[in-house]
Amino acid sequence: MTTDTDTSAAARAAEKPPSTTPDRAPRRRSWIGLWFVLPFTAVYAVFLLWPMILGLYYSFTDKSLTGRPVDWIGLANWTEAFGDPKAWDSLWNTAWFTILSTPPLVILGLAFALLAHRARKLGWFLRLSFFAPFVIPVSVVTLIWVWMYQPDGGLINHYLGEWGLGGDRLWIFQEDAMGSVVTTTVWWTLGFNFLLYLAALQTIPTEVYEAADIDGANPVQKLWSITLPLLRRTTALVIVLQLINSLRIFDQYYLMAGGGSNLSPENVFIQYVYNAGFVGFRVGYASALSYILFAFILIVALVQFRLLSRKED
Amino acid sequence: MTTVQERPPAPEREPRTINRKRGRITAGSALVYLAAFFLALLWLVPFLWALSTSFKTETEASLGQPIRWIPQDWSLEGYRVLFERGDHLTWMINSTVVSTIVTVLTLGLCVLAAYGFSRLDFPGKKVIYAVILAGIMIPPQALIIPLFDVVSALRMVDTYWGLALPQVVAPVMIFILKRFFDAIPRDYEEAAKLDGAGHLRILRSVILPLSGPILAAVGIFTFIGSWNNFLWPLLVANDPSIMTLPVGLGVVAGGYGLFYAQNMAAAILGALPLLIVFMLFQKQIVRGVAGVGLSR
Repeated sequence: MTTDTDTSAAARAAEKPPSTTPDRAPRRRSWIGLWFVLPFTAVYAVFLLWPMILGLYYSFTDKSLTGRPVDWIGLANWTEAFGDPKAWDSLWNTAWFTILSTPPLVILGLAFALLAHRARKLGWFLRLSFFAPFVIPVSVVTLIWVWMYQPDGGLINHYLGEWGLGGDRLWIFQEDAMGSVVTTTVWWTLGFNFLLYLAALQTIPTEVYEAADIDGANPVQKLWSITLPLLRRTTALVIVLQLINSLRIFDQYYLMAGGGSNLSPENVFIQYVYNAGFVGFRVGYASALSYILFAFILIVALVQFRLLSRKED
Repeated sequence: MTTVQERPPAPEREPRTINRKRGRITAGSALVYLAAFFLALLWLVPFLWALSTSFKTETEASLGQPIRWIPQDWSLEGYRVLFERGDHLTWMINSTVVSTIVTVLTLGLCVLAAYGFSRLDFPGKKVIYAVILAGIMIPPQALIIPLFDVVSALRMVDTYWGLALPQVVAPVMIFILKRFFDAIPRDYEEAAKLDGAGHLRILRSVILPLSGPILAAVGIFTFIGSWNNFLWPLLVANDPSIMTLPVGLGVVAGGYGLFYAQNMAAAILGALPLLIVFMLFQKQIVRGVAGVGLSR
């Protein structure tokens, strides 16, 4: 149960730095603590650590989903992966998605947050409409957007035609597939960056702006010389999180432009891994591919980790 | 500046500028309100269009032209077909069961472990904590192939446990909870200790009552994340009767083809549960994004 008094007690508690309360008596080392961390650690070991080790091992074998005996084949999977043009194509598609989706998701996230921060009286409505798509399952999102992207009778082509902007594009059904997936992704996930920025904006003390007002700064000057510099850390975090998420693109691409519907011959990288493992049954090769993706995300994640831990100072 | 806010939130300050500037509507702020309102409306268009289509007859929906926002003949045909088929309800139940298992286990295991790392000293503590923290950087998507192998070796394919257990591994939640527990002064526990309370009782009667907001945030985010998870359930649920809602809608319903009114009825019903969760917990979610959101 949480009552208001509890919350404020916790809030007061948290404002004191934890280091000011040194332990009275040196704590005894005992095995009790192990029992507290054991349940999580067991699940963690079985479903994360072990698959990691297993995947690395499989990448050096010809392990197959068909269950025939496993042979050690050394670096064969790895050399094949580095020389596989389809793997590189799909990796490029993932990179292209990341390049196309990250700027609008960061810039629009900031722009919407700036608007919502000033239009406070609309706050509830804005948070609802910008963030609601984020909590919707991906397949609902793609059902709706595929319907809007219909070349004949779809909402988007209809209005483009009405406004004299064309209206005869095929969207997800052909060369526009990537752009369509990016647009849908922006609509779906923008709310997350929007809320991160909005939270950061609300921590900027109003006194800073009052001082600028006295100096006669105009709104643009205030944005450039106060707001944006103060948001620098948030922006770094938003970009890093966005990169990690975009590199993991699979769900919406699979549902809209790949996988079952097979509208586009192109793959994104996770889908190529998925196909190698679950369509081609080549677990060993798919494991080697997974580790390549893993390496890319790890580089970005290390940056994130630096950002997170710097907060501790 | 606290982007990474896993401390208990300080009581919200009233934005003071509003009061002082009340009554002064400048051209600039009118423009801001207009732009914000227009964008918010634009952002709702996909929902509104789906809602409108879902109440049309299949004939009117598939005709497409002319675009009508208000259905010509209001019809519940799409919804009726959906309920007659019945699988939508099955998937909804599956999603609820799986997400509940994931949320309860995540909260339970992570709270215990975070308390252990925060308050107790035991052999190997530093090593175990470091290994768990390193897990934050591992993208689950890169592990699907060997993970599937492990889960099928455990004979968990097409089971609730096979769907749920791999999603319980959330190292970042341990990180968030431990830092929160670390910030609770130890004086609070002294009285309980003098009374001879064990660690489980201290956790239950001292630590947890102070941790309401953070537990809510972790719980809600775990639930939403699990409900919307797509890739793992896609792999491990092959039998339509064990599929979760996102997988069932994406794989099975998507294959029904060109029944637009029915598809949009499915979309609306699929969106509804979490929209309701969002409306109910909007405050906690908005606050939690800044902290727990880092886990995504």
